[in-house]
Amino acid sequence: MLILHCPYCGVDADETELHAGGEAHVKRYGPGSSDAEFESYLFVRENPKGVHFERWRHANGCGKWFHAARCTSTLEVFGTYSAQTTEPPQEIKDKISAKRPGWSWREFA
Amino acid sequence: MSEPVSALGGVTWADGIAQIAEIGPQGMITLRGDFDDPEFRVAVKNAVGLDMPGQRAVQMSGENTLCWMSPDELLVLCPYGDVAAMLAALTSALAGHHALAVNVSDARAVFRVTGPYAREIMAKLTPADLAPDAFKTGMFRRTRMAQVPAAFFLRETDSFEIVCFRSVAQYMFDLLKTAAQPGSEVGYF
Ligand SMILES: [Zn+2]
Repeated sequence: MLILHCPYCGVDADETELHAGGEAHVKRYGPGSSDAEFESYLFVRENPKGVHFERWRHANGCGKWFHAARCTSTLEVFGTYSAQTTEPPQEIKDKISAKRPGWSWREFA
Repeated sequence: MSEPVSALGGVTWADGIAQIAEIGPQGMITLRGDFDDPEFRVAVKNAVGLDMPGQRAVQMSGENTLCWMSPDELLVLCPYGDVAAMLAALTSALAGHHALAVNVSDARAVFRVTGPYAREIMAKLTPADLAPDAFKTGMFRRTRMAQVPAAFFLRETDSFEIVCFRSVAQYMFDLLKTAAQPGSEVGYF
């Protein structure tokens, strides 16, 4: 069972209070974009064994969306952070680097 | 004016290890706005008569309670008959601000679980940490109880107040009765 810290209400919420929201930091392409860009927005997702970034919602709680960085193979949680960002904060990246040197995910490393 | 009717008509149950009661009709106002805006804080203070609660906390005084729902949402509990006046005060004080005050009194149901085993009954139903040193009087928690979303706080030692959606009031009442059935004491706390 995953336990994620909600950065908005400060609760360590177990998975049953949360709703998974899929991959984090997906860039939206709308009207005027190329077919390839639009396809990437709609369908193309990472499927890593290791470091991953996701969106979660504290559905049975404060109701807010937030981001989580975790490892898909060990379920270790590196940290959670605000939804109001388009990339992981440096602090989170540093925490991951300390445990998974050389990691990369999409354009982040 | 039509007569207000709470979800279960104020049903009570005392055949188990705690007293369970649907209390209501209960006045409830959902209030959203910018907590960092001094004018918002003043408007709340003037209308409700209570200071802003801290994160996951309640402020209680007399018949009014102010609950922290999220970083931009409060829940006001007040006498059912006071809602219209309080709402009018809030709406005029918050005119021009990015804020919202709505009467949700009839959209919710409120229960009270009282007795020495109240904490244990709650802990059977929610994943929230209810250890006595982790959840104290004056704290507020939004979570789930079995399969439905709920929020609760300790009004005083051994007396929980629970807010849930009106549509699941019967489910909540049955849930609490089941968790409080005679002989179901665990004695953990
Ligand atoms: Zn939360």
